[in-house]
Amino acid sequence: MQRLSRRRFLKISAATFGAATAATQWKPIPGLAVASGPAAEKGIRTVATFCEQCFWRCGGIAYVRDGTLWKFEGNPKDPQSRGRLCPRGTGAVGAYYDPDRLQRPLVRVGERGKEQWKAVTWDEAFTYIAERMQKIKAEHGPESVAMFNHGIGVRFIQHVLKSWGVINIAGPSFAQCRGPRDVGFTLTFGSGLGSPEPTDIENTGCLVLIGSHLGENMHNLQVQEFARAVERRIPIIVVDPRFSVAASKARHWLPIKPGTDLALLLAWANVLVTEGRYDKAFVEKYGTGFDRFAAEVKQYTPEWAAAETGLDPNLIRATAREFAAHRPATIIHPGRRVNWYGDDTQRSRAIALLNALMGNWGRRGGLFLAAGVKVPAYPLPKYPASDKPLADNPNGERYPFADEAVTTGIREATLNGKPYPIKGWFVYSSNIMSALPNDAETLKAIQALDLLVVIDTLPSEIAGYADVVLPEVTFLERYDELLTGWGRQGWISLRQPVMEAPADQKPGWWMAKQLAAKLGIPECMPFKDIEEYLSWRVEKAGHSWATLKAEGVIQGEKKPITVEEGLELHFDTPSGKVEFWSEQLAKKGFDPVPKYRKHAEAPSGYFRMITGRAPVHTFTRTQSNPLLQDLMRENEVWLNAATAAKLGLANGQYVRLKNQDGVESDRVKVKATQRIRPDTVYLVYGFGQRNPMLKGAYRKGANAAKLTTRYETDPLMGGTSIHSNFVTFVKEA
Amino acid sequence: MLELTTTRHNPLVDPSLHVWGWEIPVYLFVGGIVAGMMIIAGIAMLRLAKGEDPRGFFSVQTPLLGFMLLNVGMLALLLDLAHKLYVWAVYLTLEPLSPMSWGSWVLLVVYGVLLVSALIRLPDAWPWLGARVPALARVSDWLLARPALIRALAWVNIVLGVMLGVYTGILLNTMVARPLWNTTILPVLFLVSGLSAAAAMMHLATRIFPGRPAPKGLVGGALAAMVQNLGPQPPEKRTGDALVRADIGFLAVELLLIGILVIGLLSSTASHAAAAELVLGGPYTLVFWGGVVAVGILVPLVLQWLELGHRIPHTVLPAVLVLAGGFALRWVMVNAGQASQIVQAAGLH
Amino acid sequence: MARLGMVIDTRKCVGCMDCVVACQTENDVPHGYCRDWITTEVRGTFPNLTMEIRSERCNHCDNPPCVYCCPTGASHVEPLGKTVQVTSNRCIGCKACLAACPYGARFVNPKGYADKCTFCLHRVKEGKDPACVSVCPTHCMHFGDLDDPKSAVSVLLATRTWHTLLPEAGTRPRVFYLT
Ligand SMILES: Nc1nc2c(c(=O)[nH]1)N[C@H]1C(S)=C(S)[C@@H](COP(=O)(O)OP(=O)(O)OC[C@H]3O[C@@H](n4cnc5c(=O)[nH]c(N)nc54)[C@H](O)[C@@H]3O)O[C@H]1N2
Ligand SMILES: Nc1nc2c(c(=O)[nH]1)N[C@H]1C(S)=C(S)[C@@H](COP(=O)(O)OP(=O)(O)OC[C@H]3O[C@@H](n4cnc5c(=O)[nH]c(N)nc54)[C@H](O)[C@@H]3O)O[C@H]1N2
Ligand code: SF4
Ligand code: SF4
Ligand code: SF4
Ligand code: SF4
Ligand code: SF4
Ligand SMILES: [Mo]
Repeated sequence: MQRLSRRRFLKISAATFGAATAATQWKPIPGLAVASGPAAEKGIRTVATFCEQCFWRCGGIAYVRDGTLWKFEGNPKDPQSRGRLCPRGTGAVGAYYDPDRLQRPLVRVGERGKEQWKAVTWDEAFTYIAERMQKIKAEHGPESVAMFNHGIGVRFIQHVLKSWGVINIAGPSFAQCRGPRDVGFTLTFGSGLGSPEPTDIENTGCLVLIGSHLGENMHNLQVQEFARAVERRIPIIVVDPRFSVAASKARHWLPIKPGTDLALLLAWANVLVTEGRYDKAFVEKYGTGFDRFAAEVKQYTPEWAAAETGLDPNLIRATAREFAAHRPATIIHPGRRVNWYGDDTQRSRAIALLNALMGNWGRRGGLFLAAGVKVPAYPLPKYPASDKPLADNPNGERYPFADEAVTTGIREATLNGKPYPIKGWFVYSSNIMSALPNDAETLKAIQALDLLVVIDTLPSEIAGYADVVLPEVTFLERYDELLTGWGRQGWISLRQPVMEAPADQKPGWWMAKQLAAKLGIPECMPFKDIEEYLSWRVEKAGHSWATLKAEGVIQGEKKPITVEEGLELHFDTPSGKVEFWSEQLAKKGFDPVPKYRKHAEAPSGYFRMITGRAPVHTFTRTQSNPLLQDLMRENEVWLNAATAAKLGLANGQYVRLKNQDGVESDRVKVKATQRIRPDTVYLVYGFGQRNPMLKGAYRKGANAAKLTTRYETDPLMGGTSIHSNFVTFVKEA
Repeated sequence: MLELTTTRHNPLVDPSLHVWGWEIPVYLFVGGIVAGMMIIAGIAMLRLAKGEDPRGFFSVQTPLLGFMLLNVGMLALLLDLAHKLYVWAVYLTLEPLSPMSWGSWVLLVVYGVLLVSALIRLPDAWPWLGARVPALARVSDWLLARPALIRALAWVNIVLGVMLGVYTGILLNTMVARPLWNTTILPVLFLVSGLSAAAAMMHLATRIFPGRPAPKGLVGGALAAMVQNLGPQPPEKRTGDALVRADIGFLAVELLLIGILVIGLLSSTASHAAAAELVLGGPYTLVFWGGVVAVGILVPLVLQWLELGHRIPHTVLPAVLVLAGGFALRWVMVNAGQASQIVQAAGLH
Repeated sequence: MARLGMVIDTRKCVGCMDCVVACQTENDVPHGYCRDWITTEVRGTFPNLTMEIRSERCNHCDNPPCVYCCPTGASHVEPLGKTVQVTSNRCIGCKACLAACPYGARFVNPKGYADKCTFCLHRVKEGKDPACVSVCPTHCMHFGDLDDPKSAVSVLLATRTWHTLLPEAGTRPRVFYLT
């Protein structure tokens, strides 16, 4: 076995892939092209598969020309893309050609985080992992191995770990993303919204966006429907401290003071209730606790909210009247990444309540109830039972309304060994060094581990701290679990390989099979390969495997998704009703109707830092993609132009950001603009990456996550806030 | 308030156009000199045809020097081309709307005419060659015996010189996209500046080897043929004075044209006015007013005036300054011109 | 013979740059270059603002200075759709056309020749829309024959307000922006 120091590793990867960065042609990258498939392949072939550049899961068709991956287009048969991908999907070609891709399994040889590796064979890697896992099991039990994951690719690895006894599995998509929203809606309507959001923007008469920056947030179908809404010239109301792209398309832009949305929402409720502009029939038929709710919101007048939010009270009143006029075809958009301030479940509940007042649940132009498809599960052995509580939220006592596992809960259990020690982490397709707030805590937790396995396609920051790095092929080179989608109509989507792995990368399902064998539980993967597994499920569901392979997508049957289509409404709340006043919240000591509380203000000289998306990047996963990087190499810090002038900062000038705890960012360009409030700065999340092996993105721009040292945790469900930090400017010498 | 952002980031185009580096200013400068020299040579040849100035300093050296300078210019031009191997494509077509196209054809003819013009006195100028290729001497004698032919050749030189002198200006002038260039003064300005630089160049040539016997060898002879005075005597003093006097005139006209150029830009569209700003407080101000106007025109103008009035001795300094100024003019025009662009009309939306 | 043009609805465009990525892959545009790009124009002062977002590219001008200045005829008006095209093996890379284009629509391909948007003529020949048009998730781009009064582009131009870029340049652009 060859010993690889980091420097040597960098050299090797530079020799194999490095030329590409200097070359003007971004594909094919020499080393990769040679390795990818039969060089003699001529002509054009197409493969239908679905995208993993984010979690919207659009169906697409990949084109291979003379053996080279040419382009990735939308699959017209697919309901998520309707034949058109977003820029990140179109740019997936660059993910395949990314010169920074991991190539072979690596085992750490030096200190953790020092990135000294040796390249090992897959067999050696799994032997290493299995030995450490069995040791942890022997000393603490299998529950002491936990997992962080995101995305459909984890399916079989997760399955093998569960079969071995792992019970603590969490993803940032809950506590760091849409968790508070889904809990807020569940508390109100008895069910969350899930993904894709069942918002009937296509048919709505009025759309209210609170933060949700559609057009920058590129969740495909929603953006398509949003553009249609703009075209139909329906009233759009956008609440955002920043003149977002969506705000620029809106009839009303409410440049709210960040952190005060609940005041606006309650004032809106006040207007609707006091002026009787709500759906009385809906409230009467399906609601409970309305009177107590109405009495509670009496206090929140628009004039009161104006003082909190910095908005014009007349505008608050006018917008409430405007959106109420269109009910039930009105959508107060529930948002998606709603973890802003730590009280997000209550804010989301307020949004749910406004929607309830619009009577738009299960209504055309409102929130429809998504339909799915039935596909039989492959017969797999049962998971072993555990008598231990879940580590993140033991017996549901810590976060009483969390209905999924809380990532930071696992991190905390790892840190303090309670309710039992956590000694091993598997991390699949999640860069938890950035996705979770306060990386110092994550680092400390990592030091308590006996095993950290990271499965990634790129040298992400978390991979830099791993004991073992397992390089996965990109989604363009693998099969994954079948996607059974929920939407206006259920559908099945197939992910299948377009290209061969350029080096020694492997798909997740293959890793799962090897690991199962090494752990002595091969029976949990009782199929020869994944095609056997997938085709079994597809055929059992009554569809043709060949058709699915050819078309990529099979539509489910049409079922009613709105009352207009004959849907009957049921609410899975304890009362079976839409809970305007929540008994279950009251019982646990929380506000039964959301109450407004002030958030901390920025110290003088500091600005509140908020984050969001850029249309061409996804979180921390696309910054080194040569195609997408070319469109946005680094982020900028948005600052109101007048404020910038006062501070003596010029547009385009490099500065560093320093937060209230003294953490400094890498250098970042100032975007002095009218498009943001004077008290707020904005950063696109995902930049300023810290793994030097990720050459294409290393320290380019400011890393918003590093500046997120302070966070609040939502006591209802464990959601962590991201917008609770303040930064000041440090001028570059 | 207007905030304009673009995601375009093409090399040579963004953040502002800079497709032409040093090569094009060099070519324009040298091309301008050659154009001026052809005109001066034409005048000298007219005198030769009349039997005046039989030693024919200008009529001999000018075409040869012009020929060599043109090679330098063409080399610069070639270096600028991004697709060099396809340069032949220029001569597959004549694009009447493209000054660059007919300019290329003019260049081809200029080469021929310069060579034929040089043949008139080549054996005298370069005895080494004359002795070895007797045919040259025969051609030379044949031409010298036919004043009508020399007169015709003289006019061809003058006309081609003017075409060569203005075509680069017209080339830039036709670019509506570049307001600084998009002014009709430019071709005339380039022509006059070329004449002035040519005069300075010839002046310099008469000064480099004043009156030493011409080297006779292969290399020395060839070099001398271009720059050196024929025979043991320096050119007549009145010839030198005529050059200086002519240059004073060229510089004065050039100054006038520059004034008209700036005033014309300022009084034209917003885009033209913005283009003028590039040399009125913008990044090119110093080179323009300091380099082109002061060093390149005003100072040599005064010096030459004083020289003619015998108030100071003759030196090569004015000629050097004029040449420097001529290059600075091309450099500023090429660079600032690229930076100039059409300003979007305010309140369009 | 058709006179092809593009009509882009700035109300719908979100500036996502999908059109840019699609052009890159479809046309193998070299790394670091682009044939189309996004321009945003923000007017006003906080909080009274308007913003226009535009996807820009070669306008295939009816009066194309880039064609006029070309010494070799490499830049020419193609009979198909009267589009402005560059024949790479006749181009000498003199860059006059780059300087002549008021829109900065051209660049020098690293291989040496002038390059720019082709209106995806290779796709048009197959009866398809250009790559950028057919990828756009907001469906804000329209492509077709401006000489046919019944085409979608003509109807949009007849029924909506629009502008072109730098009309003062006199180039008569054929990419139109609906407002
Ligand atoms: N291109 C792209 N698209 C994506 C993703 C991506 O990575 N890239 N990720 C996807 C995922 S998983 C998610 S969760 C979504 C997230 O996208 P969304 O749910 O649409 O938006 P958020 O990230 O919650 O919020 C960002 C917006 O909220 C505004 N904002 C910040 N603070 C406040 C405040 O206090 N009040 C109000 N009213 N507004 C505020 C910001 O200015 C910004 O416009 O995007 C999805 N789409
Ligand atoms: N500060 C801050 N934190 C945030 C957010 C924010 O806006 N600001 N957003 C939050 C939200 S909404 C979300 S959803 C989460 C997202 O958090 P994560 O799910 O952690 O998302 P990424 O940062 O994209 O990390 C994904 C990792 O997966 C790798 N990867 C990509 N494709 C594959 C694959 O096919 N296989 C494998 N094995 N690995 C792959 C990438 O290289 C990358 O390292 O972050 C949350 N955290
Ligand atoms: S929204 Fe974009 S990145 Fe996400 S799955 Fe669809 S095409 Fe891929
Ligand atoms: S793809 Fe469409 S919406 Fe996106 S920037 Fe281009 S034109 Fe605009
Ligand atoms: S936009 Fe520029 S390159 Fe395109 S036709 Fe017009 S002038 Fe020529
Ligand atoms: S660069 Fe090529 S296309 Fe452009 S003007 Fe020169 S020869 Fe013509
Ligand atoms: S028409 Fe084709 S070449 Fe032109 S910008 Fe669109 S995709 Fe690119
Ligand atoms: Mo998310």
